[in-house]
Order: sequence, then structure tokens, then C-alpha cells
Amino acid sequence: MHKEATIREPLVIGHKTFHEVTEDVCKPIEGKAPKTWYVLFAIAAIIGLYGVGCILYLLGTGIGTWGLNKTINWAWDITNFVWWVGIGHAGTLISAVLLLFRQKWRMAINRSAEAMTIFAVFMAGMFPLIHMGRIWVAYWVMPLPNQFGSLWPNFNSPLLWDVFAISTYLSVSLVFWYIGLIPDFATIRDRAKKPVAKKIYSLLSFGWSGRAKQWSRFEMVSLVLAGLATPLVFSVHSIVSFDFATSVIPGWHTTIFPPYFVAGAVFSGFAMVQTLMLVMRKAYNLEAYIHTKHIEYMNIVIMATGSIVGVAYLTELFVSWYSGVEYEAYAFINRATGPYWWAYWSMMTCNVVSPQLMWFKKLRTSLTFTFLIAIVVNIGMWFERFVIIGTTLHRDYLPSSWSMFYPSHIDIGVFVGTIGLFFVFFLLFTRYFPVLALNEVKTILKSSGQSFKDGDAKTPAFSIEEQHLADVKMKPSNNSDSDGSDVELNNDNK
Amino acid sequence: MDYQVSNKAKIWTTILMIVGIVFTGIGIIAASGSGHLGQKFLGNLLSNSFFFFSIAISAMFFLALQYATESGWYAYVKRVIEAVTGFLPLGIGLLIVTFLSLTFTNGAHIYMWMDPEVMNEGGSHYDALSAGKGAYLNKPFFWVRTLAYLAIYYIMWNGFMKRSIQQDNSPELAEEIHFKNYRKGATFLVFFAVFSSTSAWDWLMSIDIHWFSTLFGWYVFAGAWTSAMVVIIILLLYLKKLGYLPKVNESHIHDIGKWVFATSFLWAYLWFSQYMLIWYANIPEETTYYLMRIEHYKLLYFGMFIINFAFPMLILMSRDAKRHAGILTFVGLVILAGHWLDVWIMVMGGSMGPTASIGFLEIGMAVLFLGLFVRVILVKLSKSPLVSKNHPFLDESLHHEI
Repeated sequence: MHKEATIREPLVIGHKTFHEVTEDVCKPIEGKAPKTWYVLFAIAAIIGLYGVGCILYLLGTGIGTWGLNKTINWAWDITNFVWWVGIGHAGTLISAVLLLFRQKWRMAINRSAEAMTIFAVFMAGMFPLIHMGRIWVAYWVMPLPNQFGSLWPNFNSPLLWDVFAISTYLSVSLVFWYIGLIPDFATIRDRAKKPVAKKIYSLLSFGWSGRAKQWSRFEMVSLVLAGLATPLVFSVHSIVSFDFATSVIPGWHTTIFPPYFVAGAVFSGFAMVQTLMLVMRKAYNLEAYIHTKHIEYMNIVIMATGSIVGVAYLTELFVSWYSGVEYEAYAFINRATGPYWWAYWSMMTCNVVSPQLMWFKKLRTSLTFTFLIAIVVNIGMWFERFVIIGTTLHRDYLPSSWSMFYPSHIDIGVFVGTIGLFFVFFLLFTRYFPVLALNEVKTILKSSGQSFKDGDAKTPAFSIEEQHLADVKMKPSNNSDSDGSDVELNNDNK
Repeated sequence: MDYQVSNKAKIWTTILMIVGIVFTGIGIIAASGSGHLGQKFLGNLLSNSFFFFSIAISAMFFLALQYATESGWYAYVKRVIEAVTGFLPLGIGLLIVTFLSLTFTNGAHIYMWMDPEVMNEGGSHYDALSAGKGAYLNKPFFWVRTLAYLAIYYIMWNGFMKRSIQQDNSPELAEEIHFKNYRKGATFLVFFAVFSSTSAWDWLMSIDIHWFSTLFGWYVFAGAWTSAMVVIIILLLYLKKLGYLPKVNESHIHDIGKWVFATSFLWAYLWFSQYMLIWYANIPEETTYYLMRIEHYKLLYFGMFIINFAFPMLILMSRDAKRHAGILTFVGLVILAGHWLDVWIMVMGGSMGPTASIGFLEIGMAVLFLGLFVRVILVKLSKSPLVSKNHPFLDESLHHEI
């Protein structure tokens, strides 16, 4: 039997029974949405629609509507792409890597982090697609047999590897996320009163009945998927970094790029999770499940990955001098002191200095401060990509073609639009999906719940009456309606 | 039950050392006429002292990682990890001897930048590119850095070892010591994050003086970490075989087996990242490193990669293999040799180039160091109780089940 040391802080605050966990997570889905939800949704949708408008205009007119020029032929498009892919790293890291490391605190945040990941990857995937200009031939990136003779994508290009890496990542993340959702959908199905909702949730839950055998398979599949997803966490951003590092452009070609991009991705992803979680726990009254300790753990991850990124920045800087290659050295001098110095120093401040503040326990357990830093980190990581892409390209080997980049309003519109669309997706998710892996949280309730840990639990997690009623309820013919751990009953043990 | 170094272990480590000395002697006699003896000997000294030192310091990194992440599963086998760090003082000593020898021989054609003829304008072998790195690569600054790394490692190691025993003896302070270890563990990781890279540049990358790679430090670290995990698992299995540590169950072994598997992947990932990017960009300044090694060490170099990647990947993939003492020991020994070879090619490829080969001297010195290394960690293991007491997570570790 697993033991948990007394000095570990509880993961679920206060006294919660299994039933209360179900109630806490399902309430927001079953009830009416609060006004704020509608307001936020409307704002996100308007911004998102504006973005869609910009994209349609761009597709109709051509990518000349972006601020690109002959020298800076890649700018916000790829910056945004890398930024979103990076954000899309936290979810799978939380669900796969932390699962392998048996970090139980992940159970409070993995569901929404994974959802966020998937939506972020959607946003990321859009940029290469619209960058093609002729989006209707996007399927040409796939190595499909065709009628044009031997017309194949360039297998030597990291851009093509990106196609495979990201689509694999998206598929595995999606499957992982969905598998986790099945038992929770079943719980909602069993509680649903309205026939339409019941029908939909029962379709979504694939006839889950919560038998021991299903749980055993569920856990096995989770482990297998975690094993598959872990290398993917590394591969996706490594391959994204290859887009730059395989070139011979000073500032792009450096061997540290793959692991450093991965660390940066986790860094920005956790910052986004932090931003969303801090709002969500409040809005959905989940403070007992996502509490200061969880926030602190995430801050520590942000601090650790931020430090790795910092070490990598300094390594690059040092080696640009050490190499004795003057182009390499100039690329970095130009970053720090050239016309884009403000972007470089914003990146340094946001990504290297700000996470170091998390060494102070007082700061990393302060929710306001965390929220602030999380946003700062996301801004910093956007600047990092812009510094890598924009400032490297704007002064290349040929001084006569040096130039500057000015974003057009379409550049801005598309970027802001993806933020809007991202929130549209996320808000819909919080409205119709269980935002917390409720059945998984129940598995740690008795070992990591505060009242059970302290030994002052007044009632068992699963009271005798509940047990009895569950038995009674399961006896009738349609036992597929119950997940075995929940019953529609308001218990009076609060 | 406390551990005693068995007579068998004493005899075997002594045999290893004697064989090592004899082989080294034969190697020295054989090479004495070639004019490369000093370089050959010091190169091997550097490669072996670094390799075994890096295992000890990586084991300490692993220990610090367990403290900083508040892991529970390892508490029962903590002393085994600590024993592997036990080579640290001697490793530091051997490194200092190596660097002193190199300093007094002006780098012995291993550290070209220690040679005034290369670095000073007007010297007989003056090289402007090397001289350009003089602000970083010079004897005084090298020693300042080296001593800083080694001093901080040693002081922190001493602290960890002292607190570990202190926790055993004073149950009332157990929690306080635990939280102190948590803080010190995190502090060590900060130092190690910087030093692991910079020391790899100073000690190894500077051998190929023209060459540079930002990833180099992390690559060296990943290899050392893998070797440390291998040594930990082999030592644990050895103790288990002798009947010590009865409560070590399959889950503990499986977990360390997973670490061997995972660090091997990490190493292979970094090897590939460095190799592929340099191959792809095909910039002469960078490809020279690999071209030389492929030209003169083709079999050893790619053999090393296959051993260090394919072996753990194919054999340790299954769950059962990671719980099987025989398989783990076999794979562990093979990849330990593979990582030794990796370090050897780093040092000898850069210093002696085509004239280096594996012969009596190389095998002899490696065996001598191995014998010494095993003896030192076994002695260290016998110095303290085999199981730590009062660790707050000990109960978690005793009930560890995955």
C-alpha cells in the first residue's frame, strides 16, 4: 500500500467526500453559466472573429499584406507559430512526464492544461497554413501520390519534419486528453437530467461503466500514452528549433537550440497554465483542489525552466565570442545593442530575471505576483522568438540589404485574433467539459486529502449510506448508468 | 545490517589495480620510443580522471535532485547513491594532479592554449584564432575556475554527507535536516547548472581549441549522468545479491532501471542534436570535429553511439528487463564501457588525433582507475549504516510499489 509522509502538504484542502468532488466539478456544467462567462465569451469571440476576418482578407489578397520584406521574409507569422507551439507544451508535459514521475499534484491541473495545449496547437498550426497563401493546396505538404509526376515534399527540410512532428503531437495529445475524459464524461452522463445532454454525454463516454477491468485498462493505456507522449514533448520543439538551427545564419545555427527550445516551451506553457488556472480556480470555486501548493509547484517549474533558458542564453552569448567567428559575434552584439535592443532586453528581463524572483517563497506563494509574472513570462517568450527571428534576419551578411520590420495591421489582427480564438475554445471547454479530472482526484483523496491526512475526517470519503444507495442503484437492469463511485444524492456530511 | 567490504571484493579490486599497473607499465615501455609518450599518458590520465570524477559528481547531482524535488522512493537506497559520490574527494585529487601535470608541461599538446608558443605573437606555432580565446583560456583563469568548481563541489558534498549521518543520529532534528537538504539540494543544482557546462568547456572542449559547440556541456553532462545511474544500479544489484538491503523491491530496481533508460535517451537525443545540426549546416569550422573522429575512429565512434543508444533502447524497453538483475547488469556494464569510450574519444581525438589507439596503456589505466573507483566506493559504503534512519520519506520508500 502506498504511504504518504506526514510532512507533505495535502493536495485537497479541507474535508471533501467523493460526492463533494463530483458536485464541485459538475456543478458549473449543469448549472447556468454566470454573466461574466457570457461577457468574456463575447469579447473573445469578437476578437477571434476580427482575426478570422484578417485571415480571410489575407487569403484573398496574398501574404503581401503582412509587413514582410525581402530581407525579413519571416517575422510575426513564424514568431506566433513558435510561441503557440511552445505554449502547447505544458499540457502534455503535465499529463505525461509528471505522470511518469508520479507527481500527484498534476491531477488538479492536467485536464485544463491538456485542453489548453490542444487549443494552442490549433492556433500554432494555423500560421504555417495561412503562410502558404494558397491554403487550399495545404495538403501538398503531405507526401501523397499525385498526378504531377514525381512531385514530393522536400524530405530534407525541417519544415516538413515540423508537419509530421506537430500532427503526431496533436493526435497523441488529443487521444491522451480524451481517454482521460471518458470516466468523467460518464459521471456527468449519470447525473444529467436533460435527455439531450444525457444522450450527448453518453455518446462521449463510450459506454464507460467504471468496472475494475475498465479502470485497469484505463491506467495501462495512460501509461503507454505517457511513454509515447514524453519523447513527443521533446521532439516537437526540437524540430521547431531545427527550422532555424539547420541554417547557416549566425544567431540561428547553434547546437544548443533543440534542448533550449524545449525548456523555453515548457517555461511558456506553464506560464499560460498559470494564467488560466489562477482565474479558473476562482471562477469555478476550485480553490480546494488547485491551491497555493499547486501554484507554488508550477512556479518552481517556471523557475527551473527559466533558469535553463537563462543558462542557454548566456552560453550562446559566450560561445559567440569564444568561437572567434565575427559574424556570430556581431549577431549577438546587434541583438543587444542594435535597433532592436529593446526587444532583446525585454526578453532578458522577462525570461531570465523575473523567474529568479520565484526563489523567494513569499513571492512564489503569492497569487497576485504569480499572475503578474506568468503574463510577463508569456510576453518575454514572445519577444524571445521575435529576437531570434526578426533581429537575426534584419541584418544579414549583406549590409546593403539590411532593413527593419514594421508589422501591418493584418499582422497584428491575425495575432490578436488567435488569442481571441484560443479563449473562445477555452471558455467553451470550461463550460461543457469537466475542468478537473474528478475521478482521478478521488484516487488521491484518502491519501492526500487534508482531513484524511490529519486524521480528523469526521466522515469517511464514501459514507455507508452512499455505499448502500449505490448498491441499490446498481441493482436495476441498466447498470451502465453508474460509474460505481457516484450516486445522485446530496449527502448531508458537509 | 551494515556493509563490510568482502574479502572477495578486496581481492578483485586489488587484482584490477595490479593488472592495471602492469598493463600501464607495458604500455609506457612500448610507447617510450615514439616521442608521444607524455601526451599519450597525460591524455589517458585526463580522460580517466574526468570520467570517474564525472560519475561521482553526477551521482551527487542525482542526490541533490532527489532532495530538491522532495522525492520519496529513493530514501531506502540513499546510502548507495551516497557511496557513489564517495569517489569525489579522490576524483578531485586526481583531476588536480592531472591539471598540474598539464600546466607544468605547457599543456603537453593536449591543451594547446597552455603553450606560449601558440598563444604569444611571434611564437613558433602562433595561432591567431587560438590566441583570440586567450582572455578565457589562460593558465591563471583556468585554475581560478577549476578550483572554484572543485572547492564548491567538495564543500557541498561534505555538507550532504555530514547531514546524512547527523540525521541518523538525531531523530529530533530529522525534519529540520530534511528541509536543509532541500534548500542545499536546490543550491547545488544552481551551481551545477552553470559549472557542468563551463567545466566541460574548460576541461574537454578546449582540447579541440578551434572548435566550439553550445550544446557540448549538456552533452557531456548527459553522458556522465547515464554512467552514474548505471553505477548506482549495478552497486545496488550487487548488494542485493549479497543479501543486503532486503527491503529493496522490484519497484526500486525498476525505477533506477527507468533512469538508466531515460538518461540514455537524453544522451542520445543530445548526441543527435549536436551531430545532426553540424552535419546539416556543414560549416567547416564545426564539421572538423566529427570529420577527424569519423576518419580515424569510425568503428569506435559509431560503435560507441550504437552501444550507448541502441543497447539500452532495445534491451531496456520492456518492463521486465528493467526489473531483471542479469539484464540490467549486462546492459549497464556495456554502456558504461561505451561512455568511457565517448570521453576517451573526446580527449584523445582532440589531442593525439590519428596517432591514438587503444592498447596496453589505455586499457591498463582504465582498469586501474576502475579498480580504484570500485574500491573507494565500497569502502565509503562500509563507513556508514547501509540504510539511513529518520528520513521523513523512509516509510514511503519502504512501501514503494509501482
